[in-house]
Amino acid sequence: MKYLRQFLIILGVSLIGEILKAVLPLPIPASIYGMVLMFILLLTGALKLDQVRETGKFLIEIMPVMFIPAGVGLMTSWNVLEPVIIPVSIITVITIFTVMAATGISSQIIIRRGKKENK
Amino acid sequence: MAEFMQSSAYAGVTISLIAYAVGAWLKRKFGFGFFNPLLISIVVTIVVLVGCNVDYDTYNEGAQYLGWLLTPATVALAIPLYEELELLKKNAKAVIIGVLAGVLTSLLTVFVMAKLLGLSHENYVTLLPKSITTAIGMGVSEELGGYVTITVAVIIITGVLGNILGEFICKLFRIHEPISKGLALGTAAHAIGTAKAMELGDVEGAMSSLSIAVAGVLTVVLSSVFAGFM
Repeated sequence: MKYLRQFLIILGVSLIGEILKAVLPLPIPASIYGMVLMFILLLTGALKLDQVRETGKFLIEIMPVMFIPAGVGLMTSWNVLEPVIIPVSIITVITIFTVMAATGISSQIIIRRGKKENK
Repeated sequence: MAEFMQSSAYAGVTISLIAYAVGAWLKRKFGFGFFNPLLISIVVTIVVLVGCNVDYDTYNEGAQYLGWLLTPATVALAIPLYEELELLKKNAKAVIIGVLAGVLTSLLTVFVMAKLLGLSHENYVTLLPKSITTAIGMGVSEELGGYVTITVAVIIITGVLGNILGEFICKLFRIHEPISKGLALGTAAHAIGTAKAMELGDVEGAMSSLSIAVAGVLTVVLSSVFAGFM
């Protein structure tokens, strides 16, 4: 019963996320509304960790598998991608490097500076 | 065999999961980033489907249930985030500046490269939201007048690339702080990068989940500014 109840709570929050998406005119997906809502519920103590933890962890653990259908779906977008494949590939690969470097290095500098000050 | 595949609702998904499991085993055994279970599963599945002449819709009849779980799983990302609350409070400045730097870099890189490669305005705005989560990215692309199908494809490719290259890039740029690794993966490669961050550790995973939401919202606001540049 524990897992069923936990799954039900997570689904319920997803459903509210979906309702928020339908009502609010922003390009924000239901899942992000749901994530923020779940965070607020935990923060305020309206939900306890024990009420969602195990099922939540299980969902997160199998999460990579959920991207397989979207990835396989690339086989249907080949005809739209083909004409722009070269510039798109170049931009995609370069951005991964620049963005990870910018975020990783800048945040690391701030974290390390903070650690030094505390010493 | 091929005929059966064309009508089966389970065959395609089973092949995807077996390929994923084999990929995970190869990775454990040899430890190369190249053996990425997600990439192996996608490639093997496409090869099998094309080889057996199965169309995507038939495959997706079974496979869509994997995707159906994506919303509840994303909602569940709030759990590790809450568990790392103290860490989040202590590092709020690093989180905000790090993610903002990443979002600006993403938009700027696309802008500079689009200029250099001489892309049209439509192709440029199509690529602007490429680093953020699919559902937000689709909305941004549509709003700016981009080609939504290409945006979706590029977002997925970006995620898979981030998942494959993430650990290597962290080493390359000497990003060692777990918080920074998580922020970098989530900002550059949204939920698919977060799947990798979760494998690296709880802190990485929590920070990466947070970045998906923050980077998504920042991109919604800033991409409309960047769209006017070209």
